[in-house]
Amino acid sequence: MENVTINSEDIDSLWDTVISPKKSYLHLNVREIWRYRDLLMLFVKKDIITVYKQTILGPIWFLMQPVFTTLIYMLIFGKMGGMADKTVPSILFFMGSVTLWNYFSDTLNVTSRTFSDNASVFGKVYFPRIILPISKVISGLIKFFIQFGLFIMIWIYFLVVKAKTPINPNINILLFPLFICILSGLSLGFGLFITSLTNKYRDLIFLVSFGVQLMMFATPVLYPISKYPRYQFGLFLNPLTSVFEGFKYAFLGSGVLDFRWLLYSSVFTLIVLISGIFMFNKVERKFIDTV
Amino acid sequence: MSKGIVIKAENISKQYRLGQVGTGTLSHDLKRWWALARGKEDPYLKIGMENDRTQKAKGDYAWALKDVSFEVAQGDTLGIIGKNGAGKSTLLKLLSRVTSPTTGNIKIKGRIASLLEVGTGFHPELTGRENIYLNGAILGMSKKEITSKFDEIVDFSGVEMYIDTPVKRYSSGMYVRLAFGVAAHLEPEILIVDEVLAVGDAEFQKKCLGKMGDVASDGRTIIFVSHNMTAVQSLCKSAIYLKAGQLVDAGRTDKVINNYLSKEVKNCTYRKWENNNEAPGNEHIRLLSAEIITDLKNETDVITVSTALKIRFEFINFTDEWLINLSLLLFTAAGNCIFNVGAGPENLKKGERYVSVLEIPGNFLNDEMYTIQLLFVKDGSVILFNIEELLVFEVFDEEREGNWYGKWQGAVRPTMLKFSLT
Repeated sequence: MENVTINSEDIDSLWDTVISPKKSYLHLNVREIWRYRDLLMLFVKKDIITVYKQTILGPIWFLMQPVFTTLIYMLIFGKMGGMADKTVPSILFFMGSVTLWNYFSDTLNVTSRTFSDNASVFGKVYFPRIILPISKVISGLIKFFIQFGLFIMIWIYFLVVKAKTPINPNINILLFPLFICILSGLSLGFGLFITSLTNKYRDLIFLVSFGVQLMMFATPVLYPISKYPRYQFGLFLNPLTSVFEGFKYAFLGSGVLDFRWLLYSSVFTLIVLISGIFMFNKVERKFIDTV
Repeated sequence: MSKGIVIKAENISKQYRLGQVGTGTLSHDLKRWWALARGKEDPYLKIGMENDRTQKAKGDYAWALKDVSFEVAQGDTLGIIGKNGAGKSTLLKLLSRVTSPTTGNIKIKGRIASLLEVGTGFHPELTGRENIYLNGAILGMSKKEITSKFDEIVDFSGVEMYIDTPVKRYSSGMYVRLAFGVAAHLEPEILIVDEVLAVGDAEFQKKCLGKMGDVASDGRTIIFVSHNMTAVQSLCKSAIYLKAGQLVDAGRTDKVINNYLSKEVKNCTYRKWENNNEAPGNEHIRLLSAEIITDLKNETDVITVSTALKIRFEFINFTDEWLINLSLLLFTAAGNCIFNVGAGPENLKKGERYVSVLEIPGNFLNDEMYTIQLLFVKDGSVILFNIEELLVFEVFDEEREGNWYGKWQGAVRPTMLKFSLT
């Protein structure tokens, strides 16, 4: 008879779950997230439907915010400040920017509070914690697409009815999914990073909300980058810049689309996302003790 | 790994930082980080005191659990008992993966679901139906499972009429029923239950206990924490007893419970308060003394089943113009009420000292640990003052006739009841 030796690793693999103080931080258990996909979708559904409970207009309220913001920006920055791109209809210019920016900033704000907002649920039951911020990204996307639908309708109106206006959509529209991926990745990555950093020491949380506001001015949301050629390099260091400019270039034909900067943004996003997940994994297992 | 073990906890410890998070914790965090960066061990793992909540903290760290190891076999129902602060909830949190241990590890086989609270994640704006799905999914059920159990859940909780109404409109009872309904229909291989049974009315509690029993007889594993020894006794095959974060005893439930009762519940048959400010009471009533009087001659004599007892207490009444009722409740140490006897209603004089005595004849109580609770009620409904475990005493058995020496069943042993045999 041969001696059969089982090393301890084999024994460990017989267990489904091992709860221990340490775990690999760069580990994203996709299988587990998949197992909880129903929960993910229910969180998304909850986010969407609780917004317009007890309202008569319902989901139409999702459109009010971008419409009013656009109108105000058109008035203040377009008419009074003269910052808008004069070569394209200013409603399209501002609405496109505002929709993109709202998606980014809303998602970042809510994911950066993942731990503090959900401490009561996290303290009572286990599910892969990352599900919650992911659900926020998805519900943000749904909201975004509702708002984007309005943008597209106005866009088509200008393309078809007011055909004389100078908007020149081009093949780069195909880059749209990439733009959305970069926005989602950046907001999720930064959000995970911030919520992990501010779990124990909350000092940073005060920086976040006005930091996001300030960041809007460092991003060509309210102005075209062509207006400030001197600062172009500096502005492009902000990974959001190439998304906003590229988006306007693809849909309106006015903007700066530079593939090198787009590549830079993509790599930047990946790094932020990976380090965000790393930090999140590091904190999630014990955050409830220090939140 | 021996076969059939589904949970194996090896030397788990959990350390908590006392006090607030601030600059003090930052300096410790930096020192810890520096030690770990040099490949040394965490300097704060060696310190930390026992988790006795009543003591003033001497250091910055406390061990909520220290080197606890145990195993649970498949199909077992394990009760976790211990006083407040013994580490029961911490252990459940670790098992539910809400937080991770400071040292040691826990290995689990099979799908695990934990009920540390009912209605986790309920959203007040969502309807009953929507909350059933959301809560079920949070507890680990798939949408398909919930759909297949949906009618049962609604039936169990009895809120069919309100199922499409937001739960913020529910009465608290309906809310809890719905929440427990979802929880009761979980079908994990391992179920972890905190004292969620202590909700709802008596009938509903019975229903829940019954449901738990069903789950256990299905061959699934249950871990159950409760202060209700009767519930632990009737539900659990085995138990572990924690004290100040350490495992004191593990094994068969009755053995562990007896050990727990004998160690944790101390006789207290005489109490007197010299100083009015220290005496229990409030602006209405203040106790002066409470004692159990027996006619036992020697100090070493103990109360036995045949000893007649007088429970006597003194109090001062500060109320005016109210009819006062007194209630004395006798409990077994396991928490079952034996009786509730009343005195009054009486219109007591303000500022007067009163003495109350209740006689319990010999040959009435069983060999058990008993506790006494006292209630002062005004106008038959409003509780003025309530004190639990005012007195605690143990009754010992006597030499019996015949040749059976096992534990005499029952909360009381009234020999005045004659059982004829002709």
